[in-house]
Amino acid sequence: MKYLLLIYNEENPAAWEAMPQAEQQALIGEYRAVSALPNTLGANQLQPVATATTVRVNDGQTLATDGPFAETKEVLGGYYLVEASDLDEAIAIAAKIPAARNGGCVEVRPIVEM
Amino acid sequence: MIDAIFKEEWGRVVASLVGTFRDFDLAEDAAQEAFAIAAERWPRDGVPSSPGAWLTTTARNRVIDRLRRDRAFAERAPLLLPDEPHDEEETVFDDERLELIFTCCHPALALDAQVALVLRTCGGLTTDEIAAAFLVPEATMAQRLVRAKHKIKAAGIPFRVPDDHVLPERLAAVLAVVYLIFNEGYSEREELAREAIRLGSSLAGLMPDEAEVHGLLALMLLHEARRPARLRAGEIVLLGDQDRAMWRGNVIAEGARILEHALTLGRPGVYCIQAAIAELHTQPETDWAEIAALYAELMRRTGSAVVELNRAVAVAEVEGPEAALELVDSLELDGYRYLHSTRADLLRRLGRDDEAAAEYRCALELSHQEHERRFLERRLQDVGRERP
Repeated sequence: MKYLLLIYNEENPAAWEAMPQAEQQALIGEYRAVSALPNTLGANQLQPVATATTVRVNDGQTLATDGPFAETKEVLGGYYLVEASDLDEAIAIAAKIPAARNGGCVEVRPIVEM
Repeated sequence: MIDAIFKEEWGRVVASLVGTFRDFDLAEDAAQEAFAIAAERWPRDGVPSSPGAWLTTTARNRVIDRLRRDRAFAERAPLLLPDEPHDEEETVFDDERLELIFTCCHPALALDAQVALVLRTCGGLTTDEIAAAFLVPEATMAQRLVRAKHKIKAAGIPFRVPDDHVLPERLAAVLAVVYLIFNEGYSEREELAREAIRLGSSLAGLMPDEAEVHGLLALMLLHEARRPARLRAGEIVLLGDQDRAMWRGNVIAEGARILEHALTLGRPGVYCIQAAIAELHTQPETDWAEIAALYAELMRRTGSAVVELNRAVAVAEVEGPEAALELVDSLELDGYRYLHSTRADLLRRLGRDDEAAAEYRCALELSHQEHERRFLERRLQDVGRERP
């Protein structure tokens, strides 16, 4: 089965800047390690939520507005697309993502098989 | 007799079908049909020598018939279909009840859905029986089951015993569901308590090396043994005031035996400790110091204020109500009815009747169980009465 692992986190650039470089490198390494798993089909980090645009189409008219669809403290910061034999395997991969233990969370969503 | 076989075999039949066909609805429907056929034939032709294998084979043949008719499915999943239907009773099926209960108690399902699924698929209760037991409309319960089964399929919740590294916490979740079912049946809905004991007993058979599985079974038996003595004329009877002659001695003996076995397995956990406490309460002389020590150990592991409240009751017997009251007053459990009833009792024993009465009133306000209210009302009258 395929799952999308959605990473939700509080955006905190100041905390990131304040982090010693060695720690930053270690964290980046952990994210890359998940990317490098044979299960991982795709992965991307998203630009900060301040760059988001929400689009709606009303009566054929495209309406683009500033900001995300929902204003919440925790925002979607990135995702992995993984292949796993079942939910337990997907959960085990999600648990390797640093955000899951650093106060954020990872939502595991099965992909509809076409 | 046939009813007993059905209760015994339902979970095993459903588990085997889910294991093969990975479809809960298909499995339940086919099991239901097989049981209906048995109910018709067995009284006439006699019970087969291996009723479980007969029921499983009959149910599997039903599924296979149905899948053959549904050609679209057969084309998609030809590997699922055995060549020919099995002969009844010939085949020995793996017992997959453990896989089934771990699937039903997967943490990705909401707790109320886990409970409903376990009762339906492992216990064989009907949807309206489960709805009645949990005081929700049947349609609500039906929807809860449909959603849970859909999630199992769509999210890929596995049908297997979890890997060793997650087994302890996943087993804890299974035991919590069984104990929750038991507690739901503690006062009035006896059939739920019986069902929980049945589940606990099959778990103990399936996981013979897990101390906590046996601990939970012992705990439930030791509590259940006192059921006949727990109520008198519709009023709750406290443990110390119960007529011990009404306790089920054979059930206590069985609980004690299982506890003793559990303790030989090592690594006793919260259920073993609670069972040990329940066992001490069945002794002719209650060892309150030991009970207080066990509650202290339980507190260390759970950090639960409710456990601390129970310890206070034991402390009252060892060190007196004053020390217990001090302990109770340190707890943040305001609004918990047993805090107020416990406090009331300690104050009553200290002769502080006015304060005790206020606490009994507080507990009464929070209690909605009729037999509990009767007890509290009588106690309230007692402390309200003028002393000579």
